[in-house]
Amino acid sequence: MKNNYLVQAWLVLTLALCFGAALAGVEAALGGKITENKLNETIGQIPSLVPGSTGGQKQQVDDKTIYRAVDADGKTVGWVIPASGQGFADKIEVIVGLDAEAGTITGMYVLDQKETPGLGDNIRKDDWRKQFAGKATVSSLEVVKSDASEGNQIAAVTGATISSNSVCDIVNTTVADFREKLAALVTE
Amino acid sequence: MAKDGPTSLERFINGILPENPVYRQLLGMCPTLAVTNGVAQALTMSSAVLFVLFCANVIVSLIRGLLKPHLRILVFTLTIATFVTIADRFLAAYLYDMSKALGPYIPLIIVNCVIICRCEVCASKQSVVTAGSDAIGQSIGFALALLSIASVREILGSGTWLGMQVMPEDFVTWVVMILPPGAFITLGFLLGGANWIGDAWVKLTGKAAKG
Repeated sequence: MKNNYLVQAWLVLTLALCFGAALAGVEAALGGKITENKLNETIGQIPSLVPGSTGGQKQQVDDKTIYRAVDADGKTVGWVIPASGQGFADKIEVIVGLDAEAGTITGMYVLDQKETPGLGDNIRKDDWRKQFAGKATVSSLEVVKSDASEGNQIAAVTGATISSNSVCDIVNTTVADFREKLAALVTE
Repeated sequence: MAKDGPTSLERFINGILPENPVYRQLLGMCPTLAVTNGVAQALTMSSAVLFVLFCANVIVSLIRGLLKPHLRILVFTLTIATFVTIADRFLAAYLYDMSKALGPYIPLIIVNCVIICRCEVCASKQSVVTAGSDAIGQSIGFALALLSIASVREILGSGTWLGMQVMPEDFVTWVVMILPPGAFITLGFLLGGANWIGDAWVKLTGKAAKG
């Protein structure tokens, strides 16, 4: 009996059960709050991404969940679209704000990224993000290393051209996917 | 195994400087290098390590009579992993921004050798009180080391300390200090400095280094 595996491992098994129950308790207590944090971050960004909006409503377009940004009277003033793509290190998740006719980008916010700390993660900084606001959606965005002079140019983050390119690609793809669909939705 | 190792007070003091986890034992190098590009990150990491180390040490010390030699590492890892997961979930729920900034480094506390070393060296052999004070002492030592490195890196690399501007506005920031090479350079210089002071102390007093 002494050499029975179960007899030897009873402490490990008991601890595993106790710890597992404890973790289930923690997850039950905090899980909702964590999901809520992520959702709140998206919804909380809507007023800063779409000028004039006070909140957002979920809307299904094809099989994607996007947000219709509305003003205090409930009128549609723009759209907020979650999007993601491959960055330099890992997946970058952003949300893109468009005006009601989807003719202009009104803002961009980085939800989640694991780019190089101190370089690539500067894509989160306001100074860099605000370049996206006001860009027309007819032509796709282009990253330049020097000062952005043309209308559709974005100046790359110093030392993080790949991260900058990734974000612009994500925005370009999103805009290309949704521009016509949203313009059609709003005229309905 | 000798039942009477160092006392609670000795354990506590040893952890801070004489047996500093980073500068003396050279343990826990992953977080030391990875999250010291800002003082705020270093503080959060240190607090998480304090929580995990304290809880793991106390639990291991409580069950030390039941441990079997060939299963002890498994029990240590299981205990540590549980508390790391709790710390990680807690940060994601209440300090969401900081949890995003630290990314994978909170879950990686599981493989921080400081913690498993303390379980093995102290908690599995000594009483709960001694294990607890050992955990606090070692965590303070770890925090001091992380904060010293993070201060140098943040001041030179970003011109700020805990987000506050401390260098003149026209200070040209040293980008390399924010990047991984900056971590190695800073650690090297500070480690050299710590050893130099230790040696000087021995020469001065003729005693073994205490600081």
